[in-house]
Amino acid sequence: MTDAAAPPAVQAEGIVKRFGATVALDRVGITVAAGDSHALVGRNGAGKSTLVSVLTGLQTPDAGRVTFQGAPAPAPGDTAGWQSKVACVYQKSMVVPQLTVAENLFLNRFAPGRIRWSALRARARDLLAEYGVDVDPTALAGDLTVEQRQFVEIARALSFGARFIILDEPTAQLDAAGIQRLFTKLRELRRQGVAFLFISHHLQEVYDLCDTVTVYRDARHVLTAPVAELGKSELVAAMTGESEQAEAAWHAGRSKDAAAAGAGEEAADAVLRAEQLALDGVFEPVDFAVRPGEVLGLAGATASGNTALGETLVGLRRATGGRTLVRGRTVKPGSVPHALGAGIGYVPEDRHRQGLVPGRSVAENATLSVTDQLGPYGTVLPGRTRQFAQRMIDSLDIKTSGPAQPVSDLSGGNQQKVVIARALAREPSVLVAIRPTAGVDVKSKDALLGVVRGVADRGDAAVIVSDELDDLRVCDRVIALFHGRVIAEFGSGWSDRDLVSAMEGLPAGGDEGVEE
Amino acid sequence: MSDTSQLTAETAAPDQRKRGAPRLQVGTYRDLSLIPVIFIVGVVGFIVSPTFLTSDNLLGVLQQCSELSLLVLGEAMILILGRMDLSLESTIGVAPVIAMWLVMPRTGSATYHGIGALPGWTSIPVCLLVGVLVGGFNGFMILKLRVNGFIATLGMLTMLRGLQVGISQGKSIVEVPKSFSYLGGASWLGAPAAIWICLVLFVAGGLALGYLRHGRALYAIGGNKEAARAAGIRVDLVTWTVLAIASLLAAFAGVLYVGHYGAISSTQGQNWIFQVFAATVIGGVSLNGGRGTLFGALTGVVALQLVVNVMTLGGVPPLWDQFLYGAIIIVALIISRFASGEQED
Repeated sequence: MTDAAAPPAVQAEGIVKRFGATVALDRVGITVAAGDSHALVGRNGAGKSTLVSVLTGLQTPDAGRVTFQGAPAPAPGDTAGWQSKVACVYQKSMVVPQLTVAENLFLNRFAPGRIRWSALRARARDLLAEYGVDVDPTALAGDLTVEQRQFVEIARALSFGARFIILDEPTAQLDAAGIQRLFTKLRELRRQGVAFLFISHHLQEVYDLCDTVTVYRDARHVLTAPVAELGKSELVAAMTGESEQAEAAWHAGRSKDAAAAGAGEEAADAVLRAEQLALDGVFEPVDFAVRPGEVLGLAGATASGNTALGETLVGLRRATGGRTLVRGRTVKPGSVPHALGAGIGYVPEDRHRQGLVPGRSVAENATLSVTDQLGPYGTVLPGRTRQFAQRMIDSLDIKTSGPAQPVSDLSGGNQQKVVIARALAREPSVLVAIRPTAGVDVKSKDALLGVVRGVADRGDAAVIVSDELDDLRVCDRVIALFHGRVIAEFGSGWSDRDLVSAMEGLPAGGDEGVEE
Repeated sequence: MSDTSQLTAETAAPDQRKRGAPRLQVGTYRDLSLIPVIFIVGVVGFIVSPTFLTSDNLLGVLQQCSELSLLVLGEAMILILGRMDLSLESTIGVAPVIAMWLVMPRTGSATYHGIGALPGWTSIPVCLLVGVLVGGFNGFMILKLRVNGFIATLGMLTMLRGLQVGISQGKSIVEVPKSFSYLGGASWLGAPAAIWICLVLFVAGGLALGYLRHGRALYAIGGNKEAARAAGIRVDLVTWTVLAIASLLAAFAGVLYVGHYGAISSTQGQNWIFQVFAATVIGGVSLNGGRGTLFGALTGVVALQLVVNVMTLGGVPPLWDQFLYGAIIIVALIISRFASGEQED
């Protein structure tokens, strides 16, 4: 597919970018051939985002050269020039949700004169059809699913003439079927000569989709190699700079927990128990119990209701039926303070939306749920807050210049650690974590899952709500939801294929409740 | 692995070598950014007029600050919370008028006749209660009916002003009970009582926002409401309480104002909301919520009033006051934009 004679879709050489004293990119390079699907991986802070801003013209490098198809990059600030070369589909949506798809596609480049809506819609329809995107151009962009929105953004980018597209964590918010459709679409586009730079923390996707992989570490280029020639452990080693450690510590407690699991599900010592818990129109009555030392997984795709179930457990949503018990005591429904008081710790789904207060310090964010323990008579003493936060920073190994640093300055993995630190601050009996590793690097992922595992290992319990197989691997037991119903239950011996097909609504016959 | 989450407050402090010193960051000084401005205005005032640096003049300025500052105190808390309340400027007028309406006798020599339903000593409690009710109703509209807070309080601003005009029949109320006018007119320790009271309230508010869990909650809610909710903060309750407190402060400002000027004028507080916002914003409180301090807001009020005072002493005719207010706001906003580096969309 890659024609050796054709100039590369993009070539960057010797790029240096400094922010004050920090070197964000240290003489790095990348070459993406036309029609190539190139993965850029690296831990948080490796310089991926900075490279993306350099390649898309948002930042001007201090040194180095970028060329597109052999021609030098447009001048800084020449937005139209950049748009005709490269586009980036970000994790965050770049469409205007209140406008229609058609208007979004042609925003700020309508035909001259007054806007002819019918012509605009027709053009939009043609454009979408050209790239095989099945979206109604008259629909409001805000009503699209994440996947459709990404297709629209890709189509828009291609319509500018760009033949090089950067995908920044495109699968983070997609369910498995959506990811498959996205991948199919990307493969089609590659046949048309479009090159992709794919940024992902999900290494399996790199193997599924990409031909070439480039690894950055600590602002430096480490290696570029064909994906087929690079083993997973070598890839991880290149990212972390250390040889792979024994398959992550979080599998440690497994055998012990499996033994504990034999104690009988209806035993009164369950830490967390849901009895006929239901939320009308979202999920049907569900029963489960989480025993001490156990991590329960609630698996399910985007609309399966597993997230809503998690949010109901922690009191963000009020159940319409049934009840939640912690150590045998009923928790007042629909009240986060009561859930916290009852001993439920919560790691929310989206740290930007529900987890962090961006302008405030690490200390303040980490202690948000324990402000009643930081001084007498409702006072919050700065000294004690700092101490408390410092202890969390040390115990979770949060990379920060200190408790006073604004939390928005931290990398994604460390921000997530702050969120988890807060959930652990009250020493919860049960920790409910929704997609705890979304958008963090491999190493942080292991650390975060290790922390969740640790909660169970010290005799408490944890619930992980996720569709990420890596998250669910930590669990002793997994309940799979599909369209608001429990569709299957697995012991720790599930295979990826069975769990994924269960989340897709196809329960595999023989595998249900292996260890029960 | 299991030790990673042992985070109780009673375990010994970890080594503090990483950051033993108290935090000293640029952000800490943002609240003080108006201090040099106030100083410069003072020097200019001294050059412009010898009257400026007299205690009479300065105390006068501070007393003028006092009523405004209470509105600023309330509005600053609401803005930090990420909300907005425009109706404060009407509350300062309507609360005293309702109190007078309830306590003034039906007949008598006074020019204003109320319904005499309550004894005279209740006038201040009634006035404050009206403030709480107004704030409570604002909260009801914003939090329960989920209407837009800006428009809702804009409606309240107009409605309450109309209520005041209706009840007072458009006239100023000159005779008020002694208890009602005492605080605004009294002098303690050589300075108007109002100044001391405002100072105490600002100190109390500042301490509450800095050192009380419910005060810290304001910053969390203003910074990210969803995160605050997920962390177990009772967002609606805190918001409601703050709205009520702010209106209470506005009503109390009404008490001080009446005592200060000896009468309730029908335009009491009219158009103040612009000065309130100006003072709050130049004092470093973010309109987007989650950022700012009450001390900063206080320096905003003082700076604003001092500039006006210096202009007056310098012989700038009062007809230009409005122009000046606007100019000050714009200039201060531009300066603070570059001083703080915080960009608006």
